[in-house]
Amino acid sequence: MNKHLEKNEVIRLKDLKWNQKMYIPEIFKGMWSAVKQIFKPKFTYQYPEVKFEPASSFRGRPVLVHENGVERCVACGLCSRVCPALAIQVQAAETELDKERYPELFEINMTRCIFCGFCEEVCPEEAIIMSNEYELAFSSQQESIFGKDKLLKSVEEMKPRLDFLRAHR
Amino acid sequence: MESIDIIEALIKILIVIFGILLPCVTYLGVQLERKLSAYIQNRIGPNRVGPFGLLQPLADIPKLFMKEDVVPANANKFIHSLGPLISLSIAFSTFAVIPFGNVLPIVIDGVTHNIKLQIADVNIGVLYILALSSLAVYGITLSGWSSNNKYSLLGGIRSSAQMISYELSMGLSIIGVVMVNNTLQLDDIVVAQGGYFFDIIPKWNVFVQPIGFITFFVAMFAETNRLPFDLPEAEPELVAGYHTEYSGMKFGMFMLSEYLAMFMAASMITTLYFGGWQAPYIERFDLSPLFVSLSQLGAFFTKFALIVVFFMIVRWSMPRFRYDQLMNLGWKVMLPLSLLNIAITGFFILYFS
Repeated sequence: MNKHLEKNEVIRLKDLKWNQKMYIPEIFKGMWSAVKQIFKPKFTYQYPEVKFEPASSFRGRPVLVHENGVERCVACGLCSRVCPALAIQVQAAETELDKERYPELFEINMTRCIFCGFCEEVCPEEAIIMSNEYELAFSSQQESIFGKDKLLKSVEEMKPRLDFLRAHR
Repeated sequence: MESIDIIEALIKILIVIFGILLPCVTYLGVQLERKLSAYIQNRIGPNRVGPFGLLQPLADIPKLFMKEDVVPANANKFIHSLGPLISLSIAFSTFAVIPFGNVLPIVIDGVTHNIKLQIADVNIGVLYILALSSLAVYGITLSGWSSNNKYSLLGGIRSSAQMISYELSMGLSIIGVVMVNNTLQLDDIVVAQGGYFFDIIPKWNVFVQPIGFITFFVAMFAETNRLPFDLPEAEPELVAGYHTEYSGMKFGMFMLSEYLAMFMAASMITTLYFGGWQAPYIERFDLSPLFVSLSQLGAFFTKFALIVVFFMIVRWSMPRFRYDQLMNLGWKVMLPLSLLNIAITGFFILYFS
């Protein structure tokens, strides 16, 4: 790196030396630095074959956590309330279990979701969390509305994200 | 002109267009530029279509053909479609006088035919190229004006100003070459560059005319509208400059003519300054005339390809000039330098030959 760049100095046009004003040596310097880049290693993922595996801090699509087939969600509706894109719809119903309430209908419109993570932040039961899935392409509007069948994920599956939330929130 | 000559010329034209120029544009131009730019920017570039992405141009051409051809509602439709045609036909026709090689001896039925590897051996080849390359301004300016878009218009105006001011130093630096070689015929200029200085250095004009070479080279960058002089296009300022309103194959024609202009510049630099088809030291070995001729053809294309690669590396390592910097360089540096070159050349011719 050039010295003046390290020192964060500004070089005025009038302070240039004659060989710098001549353009040509400087042009060759610039070209040489471009040519050097050709032989450097590339970091491109060959996407469909090699997939990017996000870290647990990644905010992918939101999912609902279930333990032994029973979702943690108590249908309080806070996520739906906080969602800035109005993507979440919850309909509560009563149940005989300890938690007394469960979501009869839980839908996230994935074309509206902006992956802000507010639902995860506001959830008192750690029931809705962000997963590491990012491949979300749909061929129709209907397909993009995820119901409980697509949203539910087991605790074991979501362990990295849950551990991350325990450690850093 | 006999009919056999016309047929020979037609065959040469077809070979040059479909055998040399179009493969050059698709592979040496678009494909190599995409790959090289990708590697310079630490990317990989097109690698999906065919092995190493080699069939990518074949996928691009149908794409360009099948795209909708949109003409803006308030555009002058006739001139709007005339613009790319002017650019393309001029870009193709400049190649008529480029000598790609020496005579090629082909034996048919025991009779040796000496076929000149040049479409038309015009005795004012240099003037022909200068005239046509000045006409290329019309293609860009007319298409910029007729699009009825302020960005296109700005691009067109910039292009005309830029090309006219750099044409001057281009022409003046060619005068140095013409003074040294005493001819306007491109093939004779190449033949005159045949000898050696001190038996080692080839007698190319780049060693005879270093100042003229630099001014011509820079002027060629400006003439072909490539970075650092691509002000007519200037994506960050003018969207896409003169071809903002073009789509489909009309845009493809502009792209084609842009690359052809770059090849034109590269072959002009090769012919005028790097000894054209002269392959140095080849006459010192005892080789058959056919092999010598073919290797001279190879020498031309090697020099040509190296200059094209140089053009590309310059494009990906240099920022764009500001408009006033462009004009300052053109009128305050390039013009005096090329005039000085003529004066020095004249002085040397007068007192040392």
